[in-house]
Amino acid sequence: MSFHEIEPNVWELDPSGPMRVPGRIFASRELIDALDEKVREQLANVAALPGIVEASLAMPDAHWGYGFPIGGVAAFDPDRGGIVSAGGVGFDISCGVRTFTTGMKAAELGDRLETLAHDLYRTVPAGVGWGGAVKLTVPELDQMLVGGAEWAVQKGWGDADDLERIEERGRMEGADPSRVSRRAKERQLQEVGSLGSGNHYLELQVVERLFDAKAAAVFRLADGDLLVTIHCGSRGLGHQIGTEFLQRFVSVASRYGIALPDRELACAPIRSPEGEEYLGAMRAGINCALANRQVIGALVRKVFSRHFPAAKLRLLYDVSHNTCKAEEHEVGGQKRTLFVHRKGATRAFGPGHAEVPAEYREVGQPVLIGGTMGTGSYVLAGTRESEARAFSSSCHGAGRKMSRTQAKTIWQGKALIRELGERGIIIKSHTAKGAAEEAPGAYKDVDEVAAVAEATGLSRRVARVLPLACVKG
Amino acid sequence: MAWEHFEHGADVGVRGRGNSPECAFEGAACALFALLAEDLAAVQLSVEEPVACEAANLEELLVAFLNELLYLFDSRHVVFGRFEVAIEQTSRDVHLTGTARGEPFDPERHDFTVLPKGATFTALEVARRDDEWIAQCVVDV
Repeated sequence: MSFHEIEPNVWELDPSGPMRVPGRIFASRELIDALDEKVREQLANVAALPGIVEASLAMPDAHWGYGFPIGGVAAFDPDRGGIVSAGGVGFDISCGVRTFTTGMKAAELGDRLETLAHDLYRTVPAGVGWGGAVKLTVPELDQMLVGGAEWAVQKGWGDADDLERIEERGRMEGADPSRVSRRAKERQLQEVGSLGSGNHYLELQVVERLFDAKAAAVFRLADGDLLVTIHCGSRGLGHQIGTEFLQRFVSVASRYGIALPDRELACAPIRSPEGEEYLGAMRAGINCALANRQVIGALVRKVFSRHFPAAKLRLLYDVSHNTCKAEEHEVGGQKRTLFVHRKGATRAFGPGHAEVPAEYREVGQPVLIGGTMGTGSYVLAGTRESEARAFSSSCHGAGRKMSRTQAKTIWQGKALIRELGERGIIIKSHTAKGAAEEAPGAYKDVDEVAAVAEATGLSRRVARVLPLACVKG
Repeated sequence: MAWEHFEHGADVGVRGRGNSPECAFEGAACALFALLAEDLAAVQLSVEEPVACEAANLEELLVAFLNELLYLFDSRHVVFGRFEVAIEQTSRDVHLTGTARGEPFDPERHDFTVLPKGATFTALEVARRDDEWIAQCVVDV
């Protein structure tokens, strides 16, 4: 069982054994050669799940995940016994990225980059610890779980205009707070508006290169622009939902006669009480992440107003990359509602799609791919092609190529921070050890990943941005 | 009782070893909390929390146990340095009861690396190997 190239940069695994559909990965020869063995196994396992449509897909940044590969995309038909998998969404429900333009050039920062970065580090709660910007009661939390970023705006965090450029307009329909456990809520009451730790970050960036002048103009991006990007998710609430349903679904699956090649794929039929329960809770988790990023965005605006009062932070877009969403897709000439799992993968609607904000509809949805704190990130645009190829999906980031333990043997946190500093990149980290694990060398080459995403029609490059300062949890 | 971390692509493996399943579970818990306080031996034992969970088998019990501890960490704000558990097996399931002892988490004093999101079923194993029990799984960070 091995990959064979069916067209440039598209590799397929023929169905064998319990696989119901092929496995398919979008990758260059270099990425395939470096691909960890587990991705192939996980791609095949996902392909064996009931109701899967078309193929079990993996994005160019794919690496070993939990049940699903990170960078995995799989769509299921509820009318054909399709399942929803808690493992296909993961613990950090709706982890995602939001990017602001600032109306400033990076050069205007002058010698105030350090001061600005430090204020962001002091103002935005991050790292291991407690205390977000917002403290809630349980009834207020329930409202947040239904209202998402829309709720946050109503409470004074950000502007109503922001909602136009967030997926689902900032509010995921179908959220059911009654499906979220007391424990999950308890973990979030004091944490709304916090970054978390690990690979979550807040970054000041400069637009270094434009690939598509027309799309850049529509996204209001120009050479030398200063951007701000936030990467975080649904915090303890999401983790608790993921934990509870993963543990529960292991036994649920067998009751429905679903053989799990890997317990991590823990799932239930979409059309089952358990499946609906999870969907209600997971959608609440999505709203939790959207509200979280909306609040942090408002904090960032406050910090900017202290140092650069003339700056106008305008939301470019907010994307999520650990979700399962009910979407309409065309399969075999017919429109069907499918439940699309994207685990470490981003939705990427193309030009003309109704879900793309009107002002972007001509060029497609912005796709934000995070790189590493030492290299670059990308703004891309969704394509029409991606709909047929990958249910309008693209990658989410550079993807790791090295374990954390290995990274720590090669890089030492303080030295790494110093070295990046010498290159002009300021790192503000709550833990030096954590910084070593996030070393740029531990990740795949983001330029390669973005180039392959374009070459395979998943999304097309609009701008490359470089980090100036990174606040890490 | 011994514990260690092991390799995993994007995250961290935790492993406990000992002369009983309980001992191995306690080791795995230590490996988990070493991510939050590298010098576990220096963690004061001023706070005690009861722990209880159940599962269909020993392996799923390990996942439930570690996730229970993460919930306690995040809700009580306590980093745990010592664990004592008892495991009871019936014909249908397995139960764990015990205590976790530690102190209030202090990011200034406790040398943390990262907050684990959850214990997973990846590389999950609870088994007897070469005269000792091992209990391990990968933790999503």
